[in-house]
Amino acid sequence: MTHERRLRIKTLFMVLCMVVCANTGDLMLKRGMSRIGEVQPTLAGLARAFPLTVANGSIWIGIIFLTGFMISYMTVLSWADYSYVMPAGAFGYAVLTLLAVIFLHEAVSTRRWIGVVFICVGVLLVGQTKPRTTVAAEVQEEVSEVAA
Amino acid sequence: MTRFAIVLALLILGSTGGEIAITYGMKAAGEPARLRPKELLRFLLRALCNGWFWVGAPLMALAFYALLVLLSWEPISLVIPASALSYVVGTFGAKYILGEDVTTARWAGVILVCIGVALVAKG
Repeated sequence: MTHERRLRIKTLFMVLCMVVCANTGDLMLKRGMSRIGEVQPTLAGLARAFPLTVANGSIWIGIIFLTGFMISYMTVLSWADYSYVMPAGAFGYAVLTLLAVIFLHEAVSTRRWIGVVFICVGVLLVGQTKPRTTVAAEVQEEVSEVAA
Repeated sequence: MTRFAIVLALLILGSTGGEIAITYGMKAAGEPARLRPKELLRFLLRALCNGWFWVGAPLMALAFYALLVLLSWEPISLVIPASALSYVVGTFGAKYILGEDVTTARWAGVILVCIGVALVAKG
């Protein structure tokens, strides 16, 4: 397998991890907070909600997935371009819409479908470009050492 | 309207500035040799010791706070489409601050994603 191909597969795998972790995390937070009920934005309201939040299993699963998102985001940015990862991550919006239709049988407006098509085409376009266009830190050091 | 624009600017500049600082820090920390737990843990320790991570994280926290403030003023169908501008601002940052090569295809993709996110959020 060529270096370029391996880099592309590794990057897409990490972007997929980011999308899955972010969406699952958000979903679990939503589930947990729905069970707790509406939180009043007052000191007493927050004091009442805090122990309920800490004791809620869904919230903790959500936090674990969101930590997973942050780790995969940081890791992929250590080799891939920010301008590659950032738009590719928007693929999650399209996945969420599809999941809402398939599992929740939600009605989706034409405007939203057009948005999903725009995102998919945009992500495909970005996905075709090189995942890394800058020189990695170690290579840069080696180059400057050779130059010196 | 003015206060919405100011907080939206804080949200966009905070999120893109924070992400650019983190990207810079992660590139400086160097990628993990392999995607194995031990190597990943070593990479995370290097990343957390990098100063740019600690510049980026508060900026992202500021952006998150700005998002909460905007959501308390305006409906989500206005806030998220407006914040989708950060895809374009972030790409400018990637090109001029991080020195990434943003080709025409990548620009076209970013603009399509930006419009797409705005349309999806409008519902």
